[in-house]
Amino acid sequence: MESTKKLKTADEIKIKRKKSDIIFTIVFSIISVFWVYPLIMVLINSFKEKMYISLNPFSLPDAESSVGLANYDQAVNTQMNFMAGMWNSLVITVLSVFLILLCTSMCAYYVTRVNTWYTKVFYYLCLFSMIVPFQMIMFPLSKVTDVLQLNTPYVIPIVYLGFGAGTAMFMFGNFLKSIPPDIEEAAMIDGCDPIKTFFLVVLPIMKPTVISVGILETMWIWNDYLLPYLVLKTRLYKTVPIVVQYFQGGYGRVEWGAIMASMVITITPIVILYLFLQKYIIKGVLSGAVKG
Amino acid sequence: MEKTMKKNPLYFCLFLLPTLLAFMIGFVIPFGMGIYLSLCDFNTVNDAKFVGVENYMQIFQGDDTFVHSFWFTALFAVISTVAINVIAFMVAVLLTKNFGGTNLFRTVFFMPNLLGGVLLGTIWKVLLNGVLVMFKETLTTKGVYGFIGLLILIIWQQVGYMMIIYVAGLQGVSDDLKEAARIDGANNRQILFKITIPLVMPSISMCTFLSITNGFKLFDQNLTLTGGEPMHNTEMLALNIYNSFYDRIGWKGVGQAKAVIFFLLVGLIAIVQLKLTQSKEAD
Repeated sequence: MESTKKLKTADEIKIKRKKSDIIFTIVFSIISVFWVYPLIMVLINSFKEKMYISLNPFSLPDAESSVGLANYDQAVNTQMNFMAGMWNSLVITVLSVFLILLCTSMCAYYVTRVNTWYTKVFYYLCLFSMIVPFQMIMFPLSKVTDVLQLNTPYVIPIVYLGFGAGTAMFMFGNFLKSIPPDIEEAAMIDGCDPIKTFFLVVLPIMKPTVISVGILETMWIWNDYLLPYLVLKTRLYKTVPIVVQYFQGGYGRVEWGAIMASMVITITPIVILYLFLQKYIIKGVLSGAVKG
Repeated sequence: MEKTMKKNPLYFCLFLLPTLLAFMIGFVIPFGMGIYLSLCDFNTVNDAKFVGVENYMQIFQGDDTFVHSFWFTALFAVISTVAINVIAFMVAVLLTKNFGGTNLFRTVFFMPNLLGGVLLGTIWKVLLNGVLVMFKETLTTKGVYGFIGLLILIIWQQVGYMMIIYVAGLQGVSDDLKEAARIDGANNRQILFKITIPLVMPSISMCTFLSITNGFKLFDQNLTLTGGEPMHNTEMLALNIYNSFYDRIGWKGVGQAKAVIFFLLVGLIAIVQLKLTQSKEAD
């Protein structure tokens, strides 16, 4: 008798919990809709005439305000150079991330395995660079890169390697310090030189860190505005953030329609990529958060 | 391994040198120049003339925008840090409960982080101006609009990021511990404050540090949303420095001096934070 009573209460608790669960789900669904609304607003407005965008961004496109795909046409085909911006952003991000991953992983390996004064100094300088805000070096950096002609999308990765070395060195260094050098010694005895050892033994072990660093650097470089703006010859080469900012610049009327359309084109692939790579992005964020 | 790599300069050149050279170009040389130039009067670097601490004096004498931007930035950083962390923590606590859709909601909350500052600023400029236009105002008619606008923007952007860190921290708190406390008669509130929060303290200090430094260093969003308007009123430190360099003739030296102070300020926050976490870890 008593045991059935107990069962009942357990059931009641379950039902109660289910009810509160449903309420939570509903509440969060509503909040989520508000949370993504700004992005949806961009999409909606990309089909509207520019005057209606600034007048009332909340209205849906109707017969009067709708322009179909004209904004997309303007963003892609007319004076805006938006597609060139996409290409530049892509080139810069891919080359920079590749360069950073390759060079800093090798460098961190050397620094953690060779114990001398200069590797220590270098490592601590890298850590130090992580707390220096960009404004501290922006002007001299723009002059240095100007002298060295590091002002096109194909060579600016060198600048990113330099300024981004801190975080990457720190994350690789941390990981390498945690793995014992026994495996490498074994590889050496089997006749591997340090280069082979690094690429065949060490790098595969480091794969999770490589992915995390890659994700963090990608998010930073793809979205970066000020560094490329100051370093690149912006008259010839613009990145996506530079183009979007440039659309709103001081000259004449702001082309809100083209801005909305170009933002949709920029954001869509990122969101799709995110939905596929979410697991890795979250991991990257978490391992990056350990710094500092 | 160490011996082979140390003996043969080939390995030095192959492993260390590329990053070292880039680091020189991208950080060490500009940093050194930055310190030196803060003591110079210059327009192009080549014409730099040593003037001692004059630039530093100028910051506080010839210009009240820097002091204003400092207080604006500090206030913004503190308020945004509190708001972001309280909201992110609450969301994380709720989203670690088992109800339908938590994964989807986490995905949604993190999404704004995929966009850069320029895009974020642009989106919120349209949105907030769309609201303000109903009252015949814009974001740049009053400083307070810009302040609140930036606050909303940064909360929207960073809550998801911090939530991810808090969720990871909360998942590390064992259910047994909470269950044991419950059996001992602790209520939900007590469990939260006496068990959960102390155990996720590392996440809390990490997130506080991240959001306060992010607040101090904010630039892109500031530039795009208000550009410092009206009358430098919503200009934060980074933008103030930028404008000294590129918006005001003959002020590059002062701008560089401001940048050095900015660097020291951010460095100070980092050191205080490091010391605080270390002392906590020692406990």
